[in-house]
Amino acid sequence: MAEKEVLLEINHLSKEFVVEKNFFGKPTKVLKAVDDVSFKIYKQEAFGLVGESGCGKTTIGKMLANVYTPTRGEIIYNGVDLAKLSQKERRAYCKDIQLVFQDPYASLNPRMTIGDIIAEPILVNKLLPKSEVEKRVLYLLNCVGLASHQRNRYPHEFSGGQRQRVGIARALAVEPKLIVCDEPVSALDVSIQAQVLNLLVDLKQEFGLTYLFIAHGLNVVKHISDRVGVMYLGKMQELADKHELYDHPMHPYTKALLSSTPIIDPKLKKTKERIILKGDVPSSINPPSGCRFNSRCYFQKTPACTSQCPSLVDTTDKQHFVACHLVADK
Amino acid sequence: MAATQIETTIQDVKREKPESNFRRMWDTLTQNKAAVVGMIVILFLIFIALFGKWIMPYDPNLGDMAVNKQPPSMEHWFGTDEQGRDIFSRIIDGTSVSLSVGLKAVSFALVIGTVLGAIAGYKGGIIDTIIMRVMDMMMSIPDILLAITLMAALGRGIDKAIIAIGLVTIPEYARIVRGSIMSIKDSEYVQAAKVIGNNDFVIIFKHILPNVLSPIIVRATLGISTAILNVAALGFLGLGVQPPYAEWGDMLGRARSFIFESPYMLIFPGLAITITVLAFNLLGDGLRDAFDPKAHH
Repeated sequence: MAEKEVLLEINHLSKEFVVEKNFFGKPTKVLKAVDDVSFKIYKQEAFGLVGESGCGKTTIGKMLANVYTPTRGEIIYNGVDLAKLSQKERRAYCKDIQLVFQDPYASLNPRMTIGDIIAEPILVNKLLPKSEVEKRVLYLLNCVGLASHQRNRYPHEFSGGQRQRVGIARALAVEPKLIVCDEPVSALDVSIQAQVLNLLVDLKQEFGLTYLFIAHGLNVVKHISDRVGVMYLGKMQELADKHELYDHPMHPYTKALLSSTPIIDPKLKKTKERIILKGDVPSSINPPSGCRFNSRCYFQKTPACTSQCPSLVDTTDKQHFVACHLVADK
Repeated sequence: MAATQIETTIQDVKREKPESNFRRMWDTLTQNKAAVVGMIVILFLIFIALFGKWIMPYDPNLGDMAVNKQPPSMEHWFGTDEQGRDIFSRIIDGTSVSLSVGLKAVSFALVIGTVLGAIAGYKGGIIDTIIMRVMDMMMSIPDILLAITLMAALGRGIDKAIIAIGLVTIPEYARIVRGSIMSIKDSEYVQAAKVIGNNDFVIIFKHILPNVLSPIIVRATLGISTAILNVAALGFLGLGVQPPYAEWGDMLGRARSFIFESPYMLIFPGLAITITVLAFNLLGDGLRDAFDPKAHH
């Protein structure tokens, strides 16, 4: 395998939200949305990030896109640590990393026409002379499968799928290197989901894009990603090539997630073992000690499970990383 | 039969072309009879304020002691005051003062209040605490008392009255703007504006404020009537316009000594204030309903 070029590197990234403060403004309750996560995204790949609601996957995406500022850790892009830049310096990198939002009904300003929404990032970053912006807007509309004559319409005149196309066109407008797709299809009908996913795949090829694709279901990620990371309670639990992860899941949480995906073939269905996790996801404000997953794990537990947090290690020399004491010991 | 059906569907589609927000609000507003009355009265008052100079039968500031304290008559419709000045002319002359003072005081408070509220709501944290605690302090003092104190510090005069009345209402606007901004500042389209590299100033004024304008407009319309009342109150206390210029509150204050002798000297300026305030309140209430999406039928 040829050595792949790293586009973006995340080192020990953490994000904490203060939930409660005492009278003097000192935080008394802290929610650890993302806790010490590290991974790399290679050029022109699609990196899938999966996990339940509240596991911190969206927070990672939004930190990359400058919605949130990381509490700790590094985001290395082109040799620069984006996490350490001031807001003013950080804005210069906005044109390289763009975000497609989850909810197409909430992510478009209701008082702007879709043409203006798409033109705005070009104008803000001064990428084109004003005379050429309009041409580019119409070109982008066509790229995402909308008609030029719809340019002057308002978001409320469109369906969810069409709005998400506008959101994608807005992200494309600045010719970004990386697009963070934050559950871009989870708010859409299943029939529309496929259309938007295919559009994303086509655009990736056409423009040589790199995706960080965030989703809560493994099946959507399987369709689009090259490598997949599984998150649980703010921690990366397993990270591997797509086929490796789907065929040989090692972490108990990944196994449970995979077993929850419905199988259409009734013959295969019988052979599959369904793992049902007990209990709810613990609160990120007060996570379990040791391994984050230990309160719901169905493996035979060792004392290390509740005392030590397992680190992400390559167990098979196939770039298959797992954070589990029990798997690593084997 | 079939053909007519298709035709009607096409017409339906054409009719269904989404009407603009403004159009829908205008329709709701004009269906509200009270609001329409308020609007007509306000337009009438604006007309008087602009063209009053040519309507008034006498010079409002020139008295004729020979005809002082006359009851209403054909020569003097609303009577004359203690200096023999025609009250009808003075009320017309005072219209522009009251309207412009109301508008200027509200604009002043609106601009400063919006900026302060926007910064407090968007930035949050210690900046928010400092701005809003100062606003709370201002709100804890009764409006008119604070305005009188400010007038004492600034001195007499209509410009100073505008500043005093504007200053005391700043907290109301700051609060409304802050609350509205906080309600949408975490929404995804505001985040999107940040993702594409906008600075805070553009995010606040281009992406947030236009989406929270309605409660601010409603408050400002209702605020005009409060401002007019406050100016009248300051005038009544002798802190408003410099004599001899006519101002409704000032006219009321001077006529107070003659309340039993010549009540019409109070009745007409009082009516003028009442009608103006009522008109702005009716329009404000109508606007509030028009901006409320739940009020649409």
